[in-house]
Amino acid sequence: MAETSKRLVLHFPKTIIDQPIVYRLIKDFDLIFNILKAKVTPDEEGLLVIELTGDEKNINKGLEYLKGLGVKVEPFSKEVTRDDKKCTNCTVCVAVCPTNALHIPDRKTMRVEYDNSKCIACEACVEVCPYKAMKVRY
Amino acid sequence: MITEEVLTLPKTYEEINEKIRKKKAVVLTAEEAIELVGKKGLKKAAKEVDVVTTATFGPMCSSGAFLNFGHSKPKIKVQKAWLNGVNAYAGIAAVDCYIGATEIPEDDPANKVFPGEFSYGGGHVIQDLIAGKDIELKATAYGTDCYPRKELKTYINIKDLNEAVLVNPRNCYQNYNVAVNKHSKRTIYTYMGALKPKLGNANYCSAGQLSPLLKDPYYKTIGVGTRVWVGGAQGYVYWWGTQHSPNAERKNGVPVGGAGTLAIVGDLKQMKPEWIVGTSMRGYGVTLTVGLGIPIPILNEEILKYAAKKDEELFAPIIDYSKDYPNAKPGNLGTVNYKQLKSGSIKIQGKDVPTGALSSYSKALEIATILKKEIKKGKFQITKPVQLLPQAGSKYGFKMLKERPVRR
Repeated sequence: MAETSKRLVLHFPKTIIDQPIVYRLIKDFDLIFNILKAKVTPDEEGLLVIELTGDEKNINKGLEYLKGLGVKVEPFSKEVTRDDKKCTNCTVCVAVCPTNALHIPDRKTMRVEYDNSKCIACEACVEVCPYKAMKVRY
Repeated sequence: MITEEVLTLPKTYEEINEKIRKKKAVVLTAEEAIELVGKKGLKKAAKEVDVVTTATFGPMCSSGAFLNFGHSKPKIKVQKAWLNGVNAYAGIAAVDCYIGATEIPEDDPANKVFPGEFSYGGGHVIQDLIAGKDIELKATAYGTDCYPRKELKTYINIKDLNEAVLVNPRNCYQNYNVAVNKHSKRTIYTYMGALKPKLGNANYCSAGQLSPLLKDPYYKTIGVGTRVWVGGAQGYVYWWGTQHSPNAERKNGVPVGGAGTLAIVGDLKQMKPEWIVGTSMRGYGVTLTVGLGIPIPILNEEILKYAAKKDEELFAPIIDYSKDYPNAKPGNLGTVNYKQLKSGSIKIQGKDVPTGALSSYSKALEIATILKKEIKKGKFQITKPVQLLPQAGSKYGFKMLKERPVRR
């Protein structure tokens, strides 16, 4: 079994918003489903940024299932990176990071660690970094 | 064996310097001093320790640099000058100017599209100079008999300048506010960073238990003439800083909020760009982040008592930056100590509020450690102030502007 993770942006047409897609992905394809960002309103298209973890074959089957329903699937390619040379470890980003991707593991040294896998690219840190250490990459 | 190593109290500056020159001085960072006092007690520790190093690394407005370009052929008496498009004040002499940290380029959109980015300004020019980058100088003049030239456009580089001196009229605030947004419904953009509505976050700006003036709260050893570590070079306290306010409210002898400040001077040519950093505050403007280290000679027990104060004994006021600060309203939303601030969350009016700092504790610790090593190697000697700063209890204080109607 080749376990892997994929970050994807799903665009839902409004016609299928009432379907239990998440349930199917988990139950039928045995996938771990982590919602990174969600925006679904009754009037407009739904948008979901997800991380799918599971067997590569199952992920592909799951994606086929989604595409069959009319869901547009795109790779989640926006990425926030940190320039460690510019970062001063001031910690001003930590209070605004919603997912704790930016965090302080040791309160004695107060150094900021960046866990890219938790980042949802909301760019809150990019806006507040006084040293332009956080950058968006597409 | 230890008789010649340990000085009797009170120690003098000269005795400590003698030990430094012999590379025998016992030097600890403020963090280590806290530990030692905790372990051995104040009395014993004060005898053992000669110097405690303190430091801070944070955005400090009221910073800038004097530059002398050298004379052009034919000569020009510069009236207006721009460095990489950033206006530098030239009304000093012919080829001297002062580049201020918070100046922005004349064509910067500023806050026209709010919140502005402020990606470049005076602070960045200073950092680029230190980094050895070429800077575009543009200058204009009205022309005189002795200085006929009216325009100048060239590149300058720090290595070719006659002098490049960092002269910061107000640095190293003794303590600082914890900034929050209580009243505004939107995120506000301040010099203390972006503050989310409904007490969404709290930003502070001090190295707490490492910060120089918090560790010498009555200015007993840090004064005019004190040699300091600034931006990687040796510099000096040249005066007390502007807005120096020694009579601020104190708790355990230590000011709760602003209080004392220092004016700092140092040779830009010897500094390093990782310690003097151009800084962009979204929606607010630009400034300069300054790395500063100051040694505190342990002349007696009293000095070590304060130098060994811990984060939990040092307090800062929580100030609303949406209404109270801009309108100069006195009062605060309570006080918190630096241990609480560094924990990542504080309680304000019953609400848990995440905290972030503008001042880097980890960089401050690096500086305190570098300074400690320099003193131990005999490369950095301590100085007795030639004059003390205005003291607590003196009449010196911080005044608000009294506006008067202008009739003409």
